[in-house]
Amino acid sequence: MTASVDAATAAPALAVQGISKSFGERQAVRDVSFDIAPGELLAIIGPNGAGKTTLLSILAGIQQSDAGSVAQPQDTTARIGWVPQHTAVYGKLTVAQNLRLFAKLEKVADPDATVARMLDQTGLGERADEELGRLSGGNRQRVNIAVGLLADPPVLLLDEPSGALDPRQRERLWGFITALTDRGTAVIFATHDIAEAERHAHRVLVLADGELLFDDAPAELKRVAKADDEHDLEQAFVGFLRDRGH
Amino acid sequence: MRWMLLKDLQILRRSKLLVGLLIVYPVAIALLIGFALSSGPEKPRLAFLNQIPATQNTINFGSEKIDVKVYTNELFDAVDRIDVENREQALQKVRTGEVLAALIIPSDFVMKLSNGGFNSATVEVVYNGDALKQSFVESTVESKLALADAALARQINKVASGYIKVITTGGEINALGQTFELLGLTASKKLLDETLRDAPRDITRKLQPLQNFANIGVANIDRFNDVLNTVERPVEVSETVLSGRRTPLDTFAVALAVTVSLMFVCVLLASGLLALEREENTFSRLARGLVPGGWLLAGKVVLAAACAFVVTLAMLLGISAFVPLDYGRVALWILAIAASGIAFATLGVAIGSLAREVRAASLLALMLALPLAFLALVPSGGVSPLLYDVIQVISAIFPFKPALDAINNAINDADTNMLVALAHLAALTLAFGGAAYWGLRRFAAG
Repeated sequence: MTASVDAATAAPALAVQGISKSFGERQAVRDVSFDIAPGELLAIIGPNGAGKTTLLSILAGIQQSDAGSVAQPQDTTARIGWVPQHTAVYGKLTVAQNLRLFAKLEKVADPDATVARMLDQTGLGERADEELGRLSGGNRQRVNIAVGLLADPPVLLLDEPSGALDPRQRERLWGFITALTDRGTAVIFATHDIAEAERHAHRVLVLADGELLFDDAPAELKRVAKADDEHDLEQAFVGFLRDRGH
Repeated sequence: MRWMLLKDLQILRRSKLLVGLLIVYPVAIALLIGFALSSGPEKPRLAFLNQIPATQNTINFGSEKIDVKVYTNELFDAVDRIDVENREQALQKVRTGEVLAALIIPSDFVMKLSNGGFNSATVEVVYNGDALKQSFVESTVESKLALADAALARQINKVASGYIKVITTGGEINALGQTFELLGLTASKKLLDETLRDAPRDITRKLQPLQNFANIGVANIDRFNDVLNTVERPVEVSETVLSGRRTPLDTFAVALAVTVSLMFVCVLLASGLLALEREENTFSRLARGLVPGGWLLAGKVVLAAACAFVVTLAMLLGISAFVPLDYGRVALWILAIAASGIAFATLGVAIGSLAREVRAASLLALMLALPLAFLALVPSGGVSPLLYDVIQVISAIFPFKPALDAINNAINDADTNMLVALAHLAALTLAFGGAAYWGLRRFAAG
């Protein structure tokens, strides 16, 4: 893995400050603050119910936070790209029809050119006229991600992007995402897969019970968790959470 | 909203089964109703055994003769008649199910009518004991027997009226094989009056009761015919319709069929279209401000109501091939169907906003819509007053009842207030629209 940006010097693509969210008595997210630089790849990891999806939903604008703010210092008008955990596209429409519909809803300047570009980027040009419901899970996920990128967002949010993919499809997906960050798109993804975070992310946020416990590079997490070469990051991560009462 | 509408149309175009059902369903309903209303009930098959000897096919009332076909013709215009030779054959056909019943006219039928009086003559109906078949044929046979009785009574009345006329005005009468010349009451009174005018006082006094009898007889002679008419039709039915117009049953059935079809198409389609957004997880994308919640709901309502409008109007035109409808009221049809469709579709999106998948939405829509339709049709007096009040309240908070009122008024000029029904539908549209919007927000927040 090579970090393509210097997060300390670049102006953040997204600045998150003091986000909190409760559902009744349960506090899903507690005073979470961080920022992400253009071209940075940020992983949010944590156990089930840690608040990862809730945090991403707030960043995507699907849910309102109870407190805190989300800002895009570089471009206040640009919409944040959003790729939900489960494919959120119409199974009865073709690949091209799905892309064209969301391009028009996103009000992109030239929908047809944008659709052509996304078909090219996702490598689905030959399957443009196939109904989405007939594609494999991996191809549906590629369309799912392509829809999130239609408006060429400066920040892309992905919730468990590789959960339903086989290893070959995962590899292709991460190649695609890495290409995005190389072009300057800031990418935040939530995952259960610690190894995937270690392998691909420039930075890792550890959430547990809505609380941000860690915000640094994966190597630093390994060091803090006292993981040596014989212990992988997943074991270190479990120990890290245990040491902090989670 | 335009792109979402186009997208929904594209999805419908690919959902061939759903669209096929949307077309087939109202066409099937229209055809069923049309055939049911335009063709009478099927004639039950009856075995018929006429045991009256061929030489005794006339009923004698004095010198007058009535052909027994007066009776049997009335019976057989409503049944499919299978002639049999004897009683055993008749019973066998009933047992084997070849006929639903057997009608046996005994050999003494004519004789009893002629000699023993009308009430003593009997006909025999044999059923096979199957309750379902018996109930099917029983009402037909009984009503036709009553009609045959009435036809025979009319003939007897006619004969009796002839006798009364001869007794009143005089004339020839045949009895016991001889012809007699009758003077008649009117002529008798005249002769008696003329004779008594010049008769001695004691003769006049003695014959005074006879003169009084003749006077009373002549004065009341018309009442004899009234009495005979009363015997022929003991109870005459007089129909009174309260509060103005009356809707014929067949055209009310058309309004009912249209309303039920409109409800199903609207509610199922609208709820399904909205639930599809959640089933496909696309709602989370749309909820980010791509499509405002109000526009999303409006799009589903408009599309479902428009589809149902086309389907229902086609259905009405199909039914009009069987049941005559007033095309002069077509503008009111359009208004009532459009307003009802929007109200039903809004109920549909309210249901869709509660469901996470299309199947659940469809099931919920069916479970809600069917009982509501039945409840709205419960007549006052059919249940206890308290229960009826409860039913009225439940019917008032769902669109079926006002939609039926509006459509019945539009099609049949029924005695329901169209404006009140439309205002009711508008209020329900707003209420269910609000509920659907709240449901969407609740889902987005969750």
